[in-house]
Amino acid sequence: MALSGLEIYKLLPKTNCKECGFPTCLAFAMKLAAKQVELDACPYVSAEAKEALSAAAAPPIRLIKLGSGRREFQIGNETVLFRHEKTFFNKPGLALRIKDTEPAEEITAKVETVHTYGVERVGIEMTFNAIAIENASGDADTFARTVAAARAKTDLPFVLMSNRAEALKAALAQEGGHKPLLYAATVENWEAMAEVAKAGGVSLAVRSRDGLDELADLTTKLSNAGIADLVLDPGSRDLAGSLAQLTQIRRLALKKNYRPLGYPIITFPGEVASSEEEEVVAAAQYVAKYAGIIVLDHFDPAVAYPLLTLRLNIYTDPQKPISVDPGIYEFNHPGADSPLLTTTNFSLTYFSVAGELDGSGIPSWLLVCDAEGMSVLTAWAAGKFDAETIAKAVKTTGVAEKLNHRKLTIPGHVAVLSGELEDELPGWEIQVGPREAVDIPAYLKVWKQ
Amino acid sequence: MPGTVEIPKEKWTGAIRQVTLGATADQGGSRARTVTVGGETTLPFLFFEGAIPNPPVIALEVQDSYPADWSPVLLQAWGDALRDPATWARKAEELGADLIMLRLRGVNSNGQLTTTAQATATVRAVLQATGLPVIVRGPGQAERDNELLVAVAEAAAGERLALGLCEDKNYRTIVAAALAHGHLVIASSPIDVNLAKQLNILISDMRMPLDRVLMDPTTGALGYGLEYTYSVMERLRIAALTGDSMTQQPMICFVGEESWRQKESRAASGVPAQWGDLEKRSVTWEIVTATTLLESGADIVVLRHPKTVGVIRNTIRKLMAQ
Ligand code: B12
Ligand code: SF4
Repeated sequence: MALSGLEIYKLLPKTNCKECGFPTCLAFAMKLAAKQVELDACPYVSAEAKEALSAAAAPPIRLIKLGSGRREFQIGNETVLFRHEKTFFNKPGLALRIKDTEPAEEITAKVETVHTYGVERVGIEMTFNAIAIENASGDADTFARTVAAARAKTDLPFVLMSNRAEALKAALAQEGGHKPLLYAATVENWEAMAEVAKAGGVSLAVRSRDGLDELADLTTKLSNAGIADLVLDPGSRDLAGSLAQLTQIRRLALKKNYRPLGYPIITFPGEVASSEEEEVVAAAQYVAKYAGIIVLDHFDPAVAYPLLTLRLNIYTDPQKPISVDPGIYEFNHPGADSPLLTTTNFSLTYFSVAGELDGSGIPSWLLVCDAEGMSVLTAWAAGKFDAETIAKAVKTTGVAEKLNHRKLTIPGHVAVLSGELEDELPGWEIQVGPREAVDIPAYLKVWKQ
Repeated sequence: MPGTVEIPKEKWTGAIRQVTLGATADQGGSRARTVTVGGETTLPFLFFEGAIPNPPVIALEVQDSYPADWSPVLLQAWGDALRDPATWARKAEELGADLIMLRLRGVNSNGQLTTTAQATATVRAVLQATGLPVIVRGPGQAERDNELLVAVAEAAAGERLALGLCEDKNYRTIVAAALAHGHLVIASSPIDVNLAKQLNILISDMRMPLDRVLMDPTTGALGYGLEYTYSVMERLRIAALTGDSMTQQPMICFVGEESWRQKESRAASGVPAQWGDLEKRSVTWEIVTATTLLESGADIVVLRHPKTVGVIRNTIRKLMAQ
């Protein structure tokens, strides 16, 4: 939680010596509060004041980075409880858990599946972020061997899970320096875990078996022991209990600036689920309600794709819809005889149409109008995708010069625009396309010049 | 231990209105039971700072003629039941629905316009086939909605149906019919707090008691505007709990209709392999949309697939476990 100008002023020398370039300490404090100057500009701040000020400036939920290179991902550093207040920033990492008791071939297959899985939506590549490897065997060597075998197949970050520090130490040695998360320090083992995490320079998850008091106590101890990068497991597994706990943690961090719980959270939707569907439901809850990492026990593309889509939705900035540049887009090498269609520049709309045009194999042109990133009907209702906008796009882009016909297909949902548009574009024939993008290929097949 | 963590609690001053659908014989209707929604004094499922007297409920959608345009996954799951609204409604009740949402399409499968006599006959058949409270939605064009819903309201007088959709451009006739015959209405507005409030005010100005109004914030499916619906529902719920009277209506979300319209729920081929199996993907699409909207304040979710009903029923049960 940021300090106010007055609160900062109390920490300054109050001598008004002007060396910072401001007439008074108070003026300087105000600038500091507005983040327009650096504390260093005052040569006289005491060490305690410095510490207090930098602690207050730290984000209320610590930013944790896992993995390395192109697979690095970060979690935490969220600033709001509800996405409409600003936006959620760092998408929760999705992980698949494997156990070191599973047959080697199965482990390899799972690692490869998760490693290669990627699916595109609105021009954004969506992937899983990590693999969790659990020391279910209880044996350190088996664990280390499994980790090494998995590492040979992927550069995805790992969550290494064991309740024995020696096992984690052995696994860490096989991990290849990709900055895994160690799971988990508990009341029983936290000192040994802290040592392993410290030696490896990696983040450490903390698991409570007795609610938030125990959790806060543990993180305080670990933080005092010099471990700054922590991830929380508050312990609840059931839907209602974990919703309450995760909400409470988020509130404590953001509203009370409560440092002991100012860390991202790891969740395990599969642990009390009795079916894959129950796991999906819990995972969906965790995407919306405050998880930093979601460790799944099943992987199926038919489930992964909806979950990744939900994550994309929830983490979209409510202030700016994802949009594409207006202009002329080409599909399948169009020529002067190819059909011309038009749509808006909302990414979801553009990609729905582009996907069909591309997939149809039929050469075509797509004129994307500047509708301020809104869908066809939203833009139409808001007056941003009307006859005037479309006519203007036709004229300013010079699309006519690319064609030897004057035919323009508009989305079926805005069929009402056709008359007005013919008035705006003399000499053009306005054709009404299907309502849904899926029906575009069939429409193009019978489209005649 | 260094003290205990003090849980920050919101002190909400408002509550969601309780709305009861359906009327039993002694209440002037013919339902075997009624369903009450609303009454919350806290954000969804946060029992640590308020009460949730009524769990969210599930409605299953039934249509008055064969929905040939539905996803093949739905057509297969329901089979021949889709050919007869009464059979369909009975099966929906068996599957564990709390409510039936009957959609009058406005045209039959031969493309002929539905007459008021046909519409009222269908509503009667559905009321006879099931003891559940019923929601009736018109085709969605002002003129036809008014024509059909007025006839339905009269034919089913006293049943406490929920009639919809009332929109800012077309609510007067439906509200008047509901008022005259003892029904409820659904106020529908396009993902906007102020428009939702405004419509509730207009409807209440017609002397419709607010415990007979449900609110439809407009549903965007997963991947198709879900995040907008999610956020507007959170905002409406926060406004309601903060004491803003005209946002305190229970919310209904047409999850199935939106979710099953999307390509992800329909296309078996010609889609990326990463989308996985159609049936599993499409059902998951509906499950995820429903779950997310329940978490943002839905009191009624209207679903389409039999399997989703079981999963969401179980989800609600778990979320209500204190
Ligand atoms: C999300 C949403 C919003 C979001 C905006 C999202 C965005 N960036 O556009 C928000 C909440 C901001 C919003 C606002 C409004 N909205 Co709005 N919104 C929706 C919602 C839920 C989904 C829209 C969507 O994303 N669709 C998905 C995209 C991909 O669809 P699409 O662009 O139409 O594209 C499809 C087809 O048209 C086709 N297609 C597209 N291009 C082309 C081109 C050709 C040639 C062809 C053949 C086909 C084709 O392919 C696509 C896939 O099939 C719909 C209701 C619904 N459930 O659909 C209402 C809806 C569109 N909104 C509506 C309204 C009225 C509004 C507002 C005007 C309300 C208000 N008065 O404030 C405002 C306007 C915005 C403003 N003033 O700034 C109405 C429009 C009513 C109408 N029929 O005119 C709708 C239908 C809701 C309703 N039932 O009332 N909205
Ligand atoms: S340099 Fe420091 S002590 Fe001097 S006026 Fe600025 S803030 Fe005050």
